[in-house]
Amino acid sequence: MCLKGSESEYQRNRSSHARGVEKAAEILFGLCGMSAILAVGSITLYMIVNGIPAVLQVGWKEILFSTVWMPTAKEPSFGIFSVILTSIAGTFLAVLIGVPLAVLTAVFLSEVAPAHLASIVRPAVELLAGIPSVIYGVLGMMVLNPLMYRLEQWIFADSETHQFTGGANLLSAAIVLAVMILPTVITISEAAIRAVPPELMASSLALGASFVQTIFRVTLPAAKSGILTAVVLGIGRAMGEAMAISLVSGNSVNLPLPFMSVRFLTTAIVSEMGYAGGLHRQVLFTIGLVLFGFIMVINLVLHRILKGEGRP
Amino acid sequence: MMRKWKDDVLLCLIYLAAFFTEFLLIGILGYVFVKGFPQVSLSFLTNVTSVLQGTAGIAGNFVNTLYMVVMTLAVAVPFGIGAAIYLNEYARPGRVVRLIEFTTETLAGIPSILFGLFGMVFFGTTLGLGYSILTGALTLALMVLPLITKNTQEALKAVPEAYRSGAFGMGAGKWYMIRTILLPAAMPGIVTGILLSVGRILGESAALLFTAGSGYFLPRSFGGWFRKLSESGGTLTVQLYLSMSKAQYSVAFGIAAVLLCMVLGINFLVRMLAKKWDAV
Repeated sequence: MCLKGSESEYQRNRSSHARGVEKAAEILFGLCGMSAILAVGSITLYMIVNGIPAVLQVGWKEILFSTVWMPTAKEPSFGIFSVILTSIAGTFLAVLIGVPLAVLTAVFLSEVAPAHLASIVRPAVELLAGIPSVIYGVLGMMVLNPLMYRLEQWIFADSETHQFTGGANLLSAAIVLAVMILPTVITISEAAIRAVPPELMASSLALGASFVQTIFRVTLPAAKSGILTAVVLGIGRAMGEAMAISLVSGNSVNLPLPFMSVRFLTTAIVSEMGYAGGLHRQVLFTIGLVLFGFIMVINLVLHRILKGEGRP
Repeated sequence: MMRKWKDDVLLCLIYLAAFFTEFLLIGILGYVFVKGFPQVSLSFLTNVTSVLQGTAGIAGNFVNTLYMVVMTLAVAVPFGIGAAIYLNEYARPGRVVRLIEFTTETLAGIPSILFGLFGMVFFGTTLGLGYSILTGALTLALMVLPLITKNTQEALKAVPEAYRSGAFGMGAGKWYMIRTILLPAAMPGIVTGILLSVGRILGESAALLFTAGSGYFLPRSFGGWFRKLSESGGTLTVQLYLSMSKAQYSVAFGIAAVLLCMVLGINFLVRMLAKKWDAV
């Protein structure tokens, strides 16, 4: 690209055929470049076009703020308030559990670990990122749910009102989500911590701070915006995950309490799209639109953070 | 003294976190392989599940997965590489480039279940492709597009400017230069993007459940292999999810073990490539 001048001079001298090929290539590549714009544009359009009709028919207050979800009853009710709250609560819990774990592991990889240990842990993180989400769900269902059931039996031994869930509850889903966001948060936090200038740490150590104090008081605060990016990406992942948590969360619409069987925005779509028809189906698209709204907000926040950092 | 004690606790926590991450991976692999490998046999791999013949197998799903990978890449790779070339070699920095980069980022952040909804309505209903492998592949193509664009773009950025000026200096046209100098030089990055996409496709289920459906039969005639594109077909991962929700755990673990082997294989290839890439 640094040779724009000589290049155009060269092109002037070429045969018209060659110039035609060059022009065609440029246009073709330009069209490929537009494909992402086109894709996001049409996804946005389709989400809105398909999600709005149910809102108009049922009323947005009724859909968004009612907690009664009885889509197939004789007098159906389509309140998705508990579903929205569940997605928020589940994501929040997952971040609460996952982020400390991930940041500590990132510190381990970038600052603490001797080379031979880092060379075991780093590939593990990469592999965790590659494991299909359904397999996390399988593990959650076969290993985590039975453990959770025991805990549930122990906690609610004397309760007469508690509905036992067999371990498939909000807490199980949050733990599975926490595990699933680990690789993303670790990788990006590690890069952020590595980008902290070594002089900063050196001066802290020279002033008499211990190694661990330096990590927590100097390095991590300096890597703040990178870690924030990691957390926001993690939130996006957790919010959008569907298959794994549909296996472990119990799948009935309830308010998000830790030991309740719950349904997320994503799992509502997964579990009902197969048989829903008419207005019920349209409401599922409204749920999709709500999820899309959340994701777009998360994307914009992410974009802002990256921009603030001086990256394009 | 207090400070030392506090330091030790924090350091201990750091080690524990790393240990836990490592333990997670080993635990997952161990559990799935121990439970899954006993289910995997030659007949499991080469048969189709049939109540009449009393067989349980995943051959059909395996073929569907292959179709899905090939078709998705056939659509996504040209567009992804083309977009990267445009961004890196043709476009001048400005609003259009910012918009393309922003939408590529956005596309990477959209959850697969929403791709599934979009694919179902747009490719399935609007374009009339119904529940078919083609619908699924087009949907997944949108999903992996950012992966290929990003990786190709990184690789193109890493090609030294001197390669370009050298080619122009010798009288090469731009398209000729891209074709013969840039793309070969950027090949390892491009292949990495493709491999990561294959990993995504193998593991995907939410975007496929309502686009490609869950058919699991092998084609019966020669023409059937072509018609398959317009028929419903569940990949291994979709079948794994369905088996799990129907409590057919032995089939589920068999599929899980096969899937994990594939994921491990791809991860291995990516690492090999990264090593080669660094060595160049």
